[in-house]
Amino acid sequence: MLYAILCYHDEDFVGSWTKEQDAAVMKKLSVVQDKLARQGRLGPVARLLPTTAAATLRKDDPPLVIDGPYAETKEQLLGFYLIDCKNLDEALDVARELGAANPGGAYEIRPVGMFSPGRVPA
Amino acid sequence: MTDTAWIDSALTSARPQAVGALLRYFRNLDTAEEAFQNACLRALKSWPQHGPPRDPAGWLIMVGRNVAIDDIRRSRKQEPLPEDDQSISDIGDAEDEIAERLDGSHYRDDILRLLFICCHPDLPATQQIALALRIVSGLTVKQIARAFLVSEAAMEQRITRAKARVADADVPFETPGAVERSERLTAVAAMIYLIFNEGYSASGDTAEIRAPLCEEAIRLARLLLRLFPSEPEIMGLTALLLLQHARADARFDAEGAVILLDDQDRSRWNQKMIAEGLALIDKAMRHRNSGPYQVQAAIAALHARAEKPEDTDWTQIDLLYGTLEIMQPSPVVTLNRAVAVSKVHGPQAALEMIDPLAPRLSNYFHFFGVRGAFLMQLGRNDEARVAFDRAIALANTSAEAAHIRMHLDRLMRDSQPRDTKISEK
Repeated sequence: MLYAILCYHDEDFVGSWTKEQDAAVMKKLSVVQDKLARQGRLGPVARLLPTTAAATLRKDDPPLVIDGPYAETKEQLLGFYLIDCKNLDEALDVARELGAANPGGAYEIRPVGMFSPGRVPA
Repeated sequence: MTDTAWIDSALTSARPQAVGALLRYFRNLDTAEEAFQNACLRALKSWPQHGPPRDPAGWLIMVGRNVAIDDIRRSRKQEPLPEDDQSISDIGDAEDEIAERLDGSHYRDDILRLLFICCHPDLPATQQIALALRIVSGLTVKQIARAFLVSEAAMEQRITRAKARVADADVPFETPGAVERSERLTAVAAMIYLIFNEGYSASGDTAEIRAPLCEEAIRLARLLLRLFPSEPEIMGLTALLLLQHARADARFDAEGAVILLDDQDRSRWNQKMIAEGLALIDKAMRHRNSGPYQVQAAIAALHARAEKPEDTDWTQIDLLYGTLEIMQPSPVVTLNRAVAVSKVHGPQAALEMIDPLAPRLSNYFHFFGVRGAFLMQLGRNDEARVAFDRAIALANTSAEAAHIRMHLDRLMRDSQPRDTKISEK
């Protein structure tokens, strides 16, 4: 069974770390990641850019683009995609297409700051 | 992070919201600051034992308010109350806390008001920046003094003076209307830009000391953008600061001399900051509601996108400076545009463009530096030397002077026209 671990934290808090503090946390995490990678159990890992870079597509008809992250609490995170796009417009086009196939709810679109593809048994 | 480091981070990140809310209650900057300090002291005692609260800002606001109210009551009754923590109930005000959380929309205006008070038009720019760094960012007077390269006593005095001025200023505490909010936002954005420039205009020997100013400006810009997520100019401002600061490590050589954009080791540019800056400007442009920060960020983005200097899209940069000239007419903008023009149409066209600026920029270092470089490219070396001499006389930092001296040395070595690097400010 593959498990996704979704990371939540206070962005203001993480954002007030110094470069050195941030690097220290990343280093500690990489120890855990390296162990999992050696065991062949680590899939993709991504660090998202701050929510200030986010946009949200409400899958209404017509779909509505809102600046900022997904802020409602009445819907739950059910899955995610990682797609390669030139810019936000392209990403929104993909989201609209997906939304047409599965209306209702919303997609939050966040640029990825750091990405490591990883490898797990298919 | 060590055990106490997380508390520091939590206190720093909660500060603007907490001080902003306390200011709304007490309508007095000193009382609000003192209340926050007292709440921090209690947090340092309580958090290591009980763990961090779910909502650190809410906790600090509640505790800070209660301590301050106790203090006020005590001084009114003229009778001492017991000095133990029992008088501050963490549970008794649970309802208040919930109310405070539901009232999240207040926070936005609290923080904006707090920032806005710091950039009151009565305050000179240097006082605005110092006050914001002290009150909003919570840097110590010592840290600010160091960043400004002045003594602690002088900085203390500057901040005290600034506080006294804003105490007399009449900043309304009612929830601002749309127009008022937009005006405050513009003033605050300008102040954040000033903080950044204060750090960015440092010379090589002070760049490291002053870099925290740039980082703090970026943190404040992000904060502002989270409060106002649909403002394209705030996206533009944040993008601009990120794209500029991404080059920090490549801007000076080991001796502290300026390295021009064309000569910078681009592998030392911070790609994470560039990615964030590009994502933000991309998002801003979708609004089709351009402004000066967005245009400047777009220019910085074109530099950031060029892997090699010769890949730079100077034609587009020329056009963007043209747009900026219309939005914000200024001889300095035209001077910057001339650099792009020299790359696209050659030094003669660029020189003709800046000649009319001479009367207005007669005391501006960069004018003579750029003019000298254009003249040198045209092989008019005697005139170039005159311009460079004038530039050295007007240099603000030793790094600027050293840079121009390099041009003069080159002129001395050969009188042949050559491809001179021109500074893109």
